[in-house]
Amino acid sequence: MSTLDVRAAYKPSDYKSDVKPIWCPGCGDYHVLMSFTRAFAELGLPPEQIVVVSGIGCSSRIPAYTNCYGFHGVHGRSLAVAAGLKITRPDLTVVVASGDGDGYSIGGNHFLHACRRNIDMTYVVMDNHIYGMTKGQPSPTTEPEFDTALSPGGTGLRPFHPLVIALASGANFIARCFSGEPNETASVLVEAIRHPGFSFIEILSPCVTYRPDEKEWKNLVHPAPVAATSDPAKAARRIMTDDGFNLGILYRGDRKPYQPAIGQASVDPSELEREFEL
Amino acid sequence: MKAPGVPKIASLADLFAVAYQIEADAVERYDLLADQMDTHNNPELAVVFRDLSRAEAIHRDEIRRLAGDIDVIAHARRMAKWGRGESPEQADIGAAHYMMTPWHALQLALAGEQRALAFFQSIVGATKDPEIKKMAEEFVEEEAEHVNLVHRLLRRYPEPPESWSQDPDPAISQE
Repeated sequence: MSTLDVRAAYKPSDYKSDVKPIWCPGCGDYHVLMSFTRAFAELGLPPEQIVVVSGIGCSSRIPAYTNCYGFHGVHGRSLAVAAGLKITRPDLTVVVASGDGDGYSIGGNHFLHACRRNIDMTYVVMDNHIYGMTKGQPSPTTEPEFDTALSPGGTGLRPFHPLVIALASGANFIARCFSGEPNETASVLVEAIRHPGFSFIEILSPCVTYRPDEKEWKNLVHPAPVAATSDPAKAARRIMTDDGFNLGILYRGDRKPYQPAIGQASVDPSELEREFEL
Repeated sequence: MKAPGVPKIASLADLFAVAYQIEADAVERYDLLADQMDTHNNPELAVVFRDLSRAEAIHRDEIRRLAGDIDVIAHARRMAKWGRGESPEQADIGAAHYMMTPWHALQLALAGEQRALAFFQSIVGATKDPEIKKMAEEFVEEEAEHVNLVHRLLRRYPEPPESWSQDPDPAISQE
């Protein structure tokens, strides 16, 4: 059987589990799930060779809805789990799912160092500028003037700029997608997974319950007018000056992924015990 | 991989495969919406979406039968891909709401049927192949019938008042 035949053997539904999503009707995360399964089918990877790792939040429910291996971890720590997994099992394709609260606040530190380490995995953050699961608190990407009972008069805080931070921290592939364009998002996911090193995709995924204004995003998004660059300075300028709705692959780096040698430990555990003996 | 825009119809097999995929995608989408409505305690609407799904499934299976020896499923997997947006009859899941009414569901269905109609009309207008043209004209006829059917169904469900989405127990932010 040729590689092409094997690839053709998988269809998106092969990556879906029997668990029915409980996201709110209209939630962008439904589309993101579709993008995942379409991308996996396009890659032709057997479900048992893919691991979807997540933290906590609406977006982090996604491993349960796929038929791949999954790890629904603790809040903000998905990247730490995924990094350990990828280092010990480099043969697996590791995709990490998170949201703007889980990924940029609780998991913000892990985000910086995952970019810096450049381990070969793909990090997808479904950004809806709100903590949806816990009923609408402002997240690191919430606009300063977003006025609710929880943030009267708005937070007044400058939002986090994930793409710039990813670039500055060393991510090797940076893209922005919109959940309402699942085929385009699937295409970017395929490229991100194929690209060596740490790939970061921010997916604008509206929260229709706590941010109904985000339904307007579909009219604001537009494809990036220029192709991806491998020049970080050029990428920084583009990302810093865009309107936040510029979609596509924005940066493709060529840094070598970090992958330490494994399975060659020659230290006897008793030697370690002696070393740490009090 | 670059997501293509609209599948190119170069043969009768292409046309059958695309027509099949349009209906198959519609079935999948209506099933998803029905599941959402079940989950969110809107059983009346779940029934409407399941009815729509069943109707599309009949059409999907009919296309497969018409295609005869053509393996429409395998062929569609290779070439029936849409880029920005989705296949024409897929209802917009971004427009779903847990309190939506049958009128809203039928509006989604109407938009889908109209997009499918426009798609097959564009094939009729563009192709030079008489076989493709003849079959595409049949699909145009069918889609036009579906548009009329949805219009008829809409007579049973008047447009709800503007307050349709007002929830007496809303999902408000924590105080």
